[in-house]
Amino acid sequence: MKVLIPTPLRQYTGEQASLELAASTVGEMLSELTSQFPDLRKQLFTDDGKLRRFVNVYVNDEDIRYLEQESTPVKEHDTVSIVPSVAGGVNASVSRLVQTSKVAIKMPGRSYGRCP
Amino acid sequence: MALRIGKSEWEQLRRHGEETYPHECCGVLLGQLGDDRVKQVQAIVRCQNQRSDSLHNRYRIDPRELVRIQREARERGQDIVGFYHSHPDHPARWSQTDLAEAHWTDCCYVITSVMNGAATETNSFNLGGEDDNKRFEDEEIRVD
Repeated sequence: MKVLIPTPLRQYTGEQASLELAASTVGEMLSELTSQFPDLRKQLFTDDGKLRRFVNVYVNDEDIRYLEQESTPVKEHDTVSIVPSVAGGVNASVSRLVQTSKVAIKMPGRSYGRCP
Repeated sequence: MALRIGKSEWEQLRRHGEETYPHECCGVLLGQLGDDRVKQVQAIVRCQNQRSDSLHNRYRIDPRELVRIQREARERGQDIVGFYHSHPDHPARWSQTDLAEAHWTDCCYVITSVMNGAATETNSFNLGGEDDNKRFEDEEIRVD
C-alpha cells in the first residue's frame, strides 16, 4: 500500500513523502514503518505504545478509530494517510511575550506592521 | 525562514476572516518547502471550522478534509506548508491554545486579526522544535 507522510514527519523518513509498504493491517504497517525509520516511533506513539491522540491515521477516506483501530485490514492498493490534527484559536490568552525581532512584511506599495 | 505568498492568496486568506467574522476562519496553505525553510505558497484551501460549539474563539479542521487536501495536493506535486486562521477582535499573536494544538513542525501558522469585521494585522509563525519542546517563531512574510 501507499503511505503518505505529512510534511512535519518527512525529516524522519529521509525526506520521502510517500512510501510503498506491504502489510495486512494498519498495525503491521506502522510497525514496518517505525522499524525502517526508528525515529518516527516517538513522533507517532506514546511511551506506552499508544498512537498519540493528535495523530490521525486514515485508510483511504476512513479514520481507523471508526474502523478496527490498528487491526484495520489494508489491501495492496489502499492509501494510508497520516495527518497530525490542526486546531487552535484565541480561546486562551493571546501571547503577549516580547518578541525577539520585529519582521516587516514586504509587499509592493503597502506594508503591514506587527502588533506592538 | 520565511513565507512567500502571492498577493491574490494573501488577500483571499485575509478576506476569509472578514467573511466568517465574528467566527474564526481556517484553511490550508499548499506549495513547496524550500531548503532554507522558505515556504512558497501556491494555493490556499478554505476549510470549514469544525468547532461548532465555540466558533468565535476556537477552530478545528476536520482531519478527513485534511487527508483529502493532502492527497490531492500530492497528486499536483504540492505539499501542505502551513495553515491559517483568524482571531476575531484579538491581536494576530499566537495563543497558548494555538501552541498546544500545533503539531505540524516546520510549517507555518498564519494568524489574521479581524477587528470589528475588518482584517488588520496578519502574522506568520513557524512551528519549531519537537512536540515536547515546540515553539512558535516569528516568520517574515513576503507578498509577491
